[in-house]
Amino acid sequence: MPLFDGKDKSRYASFTRRSLGLTGGMAAVFAVLTGRLYQLQIRNGAQYRTQAEENRVNQRLIAPPRGRIIDRFGVELANNRRNYRVLIVAEQAADGVEQALDAISKVILLTDAQKKRVLRDVGANRKFVPVPVAENLSWEEFARINMHLPYLAGVQPDVGQTRDYPFGAEMVHVLGYVGAVSVGDKKDDDDPLLDLPGFRVGKTGIEKAYDAQVRGTAGSSRVEVNAYGRVIRELSRDQGVPGQDVWLTIDCELQRFTDQRLGTESASCCVLDAQTGDVLTLSSTPGYDPNLFNVGIKQNQLDTLTYDDHKPLINKALSGAYPPGSTFKPAMALAAVQNGLKDLRVNCNGAMTLGNHQFHCWKRGGHGTVDLERGIAQSCDVFFYEVARRLGIDKMEVAARALGLGAPTGIELPHESGGFIPSAAWKVQRYGIPWQQGESLVTGIGQGYVLTTPMQLATMAARIASGRAVSPRIVHSIGGKAEPRPLPDPLPFSGEAFTLVRAGMNAVVNGGGTASRWRIAQPGMEMAGKTGTAQVRRITKEERATGVKSNASLDWKLRDHVLFIAYAPVEQPRYALACIVEHGSAEGHPQVEIARDVLTFAQQRDPLARRPAYPANAAMRGLPTLLGGQG
Amino acid sequence: MSTRPYAAARRTLSVVDKLYEVNWGLVLLITVIACVGIAMQYSVAGGSFTPWATPQIWKYMLGLTILVVVAMVDIRVWLDFAYPAYAVALLLLIAVVIAGHVGKGAERWLTLGGLGVQPSEIMKISLVLALARFLHGQSVEDISRPTRLLTALAMIGIPAVFVVLQPNLGTTLIILADGASLLFLAGLSWWWIGPALASVAVAVPTLWQFVLHDYQKRRVLTFLDPESDALGAGWNITQAKIAIGSGGATGKGFLQGTQSRLNFLPEKQTDFIFTNFGEEFGFVGCVALLILFGVVIGYGFQIANNARSQFGRLLAMGITLNFFFYIMINAAMVMGLIPVVGIPMPLISYGGSAMFSVMFGFGLLMSVHVHRQVEIPRHSGGII
Repeated sequence: MPLFDGKDKSRYASFTRRSLGLTGGMAAVFAVLTGRLYQLQIRNGAQYRTQAEENRVNQRLIAPPRGRIIDRFGVELANNRRNYRVLIVAEQAADGVEQALDAISKVILLTDAQKKRVLRDVGANRKFVPVPVAENLSWEEFARINMHLPYLAGVQPDVGQTRDYPFGAEMVHVLGYVGAVSVGDKKDDDDPLLDLPGFRVGKTGIEKAYDAQVRGTAGSSRVEVNAYGRVIRELSRDQGVPGQDVWLTIDCELQRFTDQRLGTESASCCVLDAQTGDVLTLSSTPGYDPNLFNVGIKQNQLDTLTYDDHKPLINKALSGAYPPGSTFKPAMALAAVQNGLKDLRVNCNGAMTLGNHQFHCWKRGGHGTVDLERGIAQSCDVFFYEVARRLGIDKMEVAARALGLGAPTGIELPHESGGFIPSAAWKVQRYGIPWQQGESLVTGIGQGYVLTTPMQLATMAARIASGRAVSPRIVHSIGGKAEPRPLPDPLPFSGEAFTLVRAGMNAVVNGGGTASRWRIAQPGMEMAGKTGTAQVRRITKEERATGVKSNASLDWKLRDHVLFIAYAPVEQPRYALACIVEHGSAEGHPQVEIARDVLTFAQQRDPLARRPAYPANAAMRGLPTLLGGQG
Repeated sequence: MSTRPYAAARRTLSVVDKLYEVNWGLVLLITVIACVGIAMQYSVAGGSFTPWATPQIWKYMLGLTILVVVAMVDIRVWLDFAYPAYAVALLLLIAVVIAGHVGKGAERWLTLGGLGVQPSEIMKISLVLALARFLHGQSVEDISRPTRLLTALAMIGIPAVFVVLQPNLGTTLIILADGASLLFLAGLSWWWIGPALASVAVAVPTLWQFVLHDYQKRRVLTFLDPESDALGAGWNITQAKIAIGSGGATGKGFLQGTQSRLNFLPEKQTDFIFTNFGEEFGFVGCVALLILFGVVIGYGFQIANNARSQFGRLLAMGITLNFFFYIMINAAMVMGLIPVVGIPMPLISYGGSAMFSVMFGFGLLMSVHVHRQVEIPRHSGGII
């Protein structure tokens, strides 16, 4: 048998053919692979590049510093303070998180609840995410943590920012407070900041009304992360836009004085610039510490505030609606003069009879013959019954509304009540029965359906004092730009009407009237005003027969509210005030005493005569030639 | 001893002669590709020689030694070793499957004397050797005889069954493809090839129904629609495509690939190493690498056709095709053309077993080249 035969030759030829074919096939596969590479890298390269970037880059929001809230003289009412806190990074805690927490609790106070929360948060996050252990530490606590740091593996001291209210409860009803973002906050707001853990938004007061302005715009930090979310490095950083400062017309000193003067009463006192409506003081006592809501209020603290019968959570200056009582009478007097009743004289014998119903004057024996000035000074009910009987409810309503009652004043704060001024049409619509004349009489002395807020009453006082339709304004400028404040229009009452009513209000204090015990003696600082009492209980016929019980003998809850509106000085008024003390009726008029002290302090300190520190003023000073060039 | 094989050789080569005969151009080409691999190992470690690049260098050096030593060994010795090697590989394969069943779940590795050995890698080379030897003894007419053909098919089928039992679908596919290619090269009649292709078409649904494991089916299904499970099983394919695609035309530059450095790529140093290369060097780099691979394959084709013995021809072409199937399956897998089957990119991926098996294969290829003038009669039994 030969070593090689023809069969070898034939299979060599076949091999060459077929191997060539296979190699061609391989080349074809490589061509397909190249085509796929072309498709992935050239045709869709840009799209995959974007996806790789999205993989790689995480956008992290940076909360901008919240704008400050500042009073007219530059006092910071709300600012940001350093928030000393302690974080823990689970993966760095060599002996475990629990061990680390025990170590921390030997240095600073740590409750079991806090520990439990930290362990829960650690479990819910990746091991390298820092979890807050304790916030708002004192400097001393923070220093202790730092000192013990070498023995606290995985513990990170950190300085953040948090809202601070240096004046606490004294400013809370103006400023409001910030708190954690709720579902409701997110409903109409798609700001990404709201999703930031620990972010705070304004919940009430200026903080809420100007939240958008003081919040600022989110900054961002672009960080490179790996597939597990760990941050590798920062790629770029945008600090965002800090929130704008809000300058208020409030005079912090005057407000604090007023607050202290109201003391522990459930009360409210507002002081306005009588000519412009700038709010100098908006007090409502008692208050509460807004810082509690920022750091997270405990349930028992909230319960204490909620169930307190002095209602600290309510801003009484704006949300409290009270029957104005006799403080309503100047409005009726203006309406009377305007409607030709300036020479009206009424004989008061202690009551007025309408149909078969007796309408009593507060003074049992009556005032005798009473004219307009005396009617105001002595607060004669019968006189104003007669005014009301003659005017009718519709003219009364027009006058009350002209003085700013019955509708929100439009102050830049949330939760403002509009009060209420009744009308004949309303009565029919609401109850289906026509307006009764007796109801006009009751309305004439500020009782019945009438409701007003302290801010409305202060506005009314300012309007009477200035003769113009001033409205309360509390925000002067935002971010250095002054809010527009047009000159208020004149009111639709004659000069004679104002002269007569002001004379009456002057007589209340300085002419032997109901508040004459509390006149301001300093020359040039005299105040004019009008007292008022609002019953919170019904006096029965039987009680009236045996003698009306004195307020002092009643439970606090049953005592009358006492009110006072005032302006000062009598000549050229600049400060207008309204004060109400809930259930404050006692011997004397505590609310008048408060008002006298506040107005005295206001005029001595005289914030309106001082140059305010508004940034807009500074900007104006920069443009002297433009403004003064023509002169 | 009726025939002395040496008598058939034109001349007997000394070791020095053989070293001179080695195709050093091909060795250089392989080294260049291996260097690309080492650079990639350096890159996916974030610009560090540890933990992969330095061991990879040593593994390549050892592989290179294996190549040269294997190339020095006379091709007739390999002819003699073909069947014993196949037998040993088969035994190891059976051992690993049994060990896998005794233990729990997938088992592809055997530990022999402290070294991890993957019998399926040994089997790929051994099968090419054994089939080349068997087919060397058959004329074109012989191949198409049913008994001979059945013997050949058994030689392919038995290891394939054990590998698929491991379970290792990727290697099974390579074994089947290697075997089929060798049968084709040996001159199998088209009368067999046609019906075989038809039966494959029938077999695929059958395989799906009865043979594939759940995780293998899931891989296939995920492949068909990777976005359906973008964070689960589809993650690999999606991220691999992002990596390659984001390289664009010219790539992000060496060490600039973010996908692997930030651990978005699975198995970044082994099966998915090509995605990092694509990300850093782009379309241009990928095509260049494919061209390098193509030149290696071209060398293989040339060596096969220059060999005087049918054993040498079949062996050279078998090794070349084996190398090609690695590249094809790995590249197609990471580019999302076929399901993820767990096949490394030869010379680039990290790992000793695959490196040694590939370099051993190149050693055989080189042996064919060095001994290309050796003629071996059809009925020869080799040297021994």
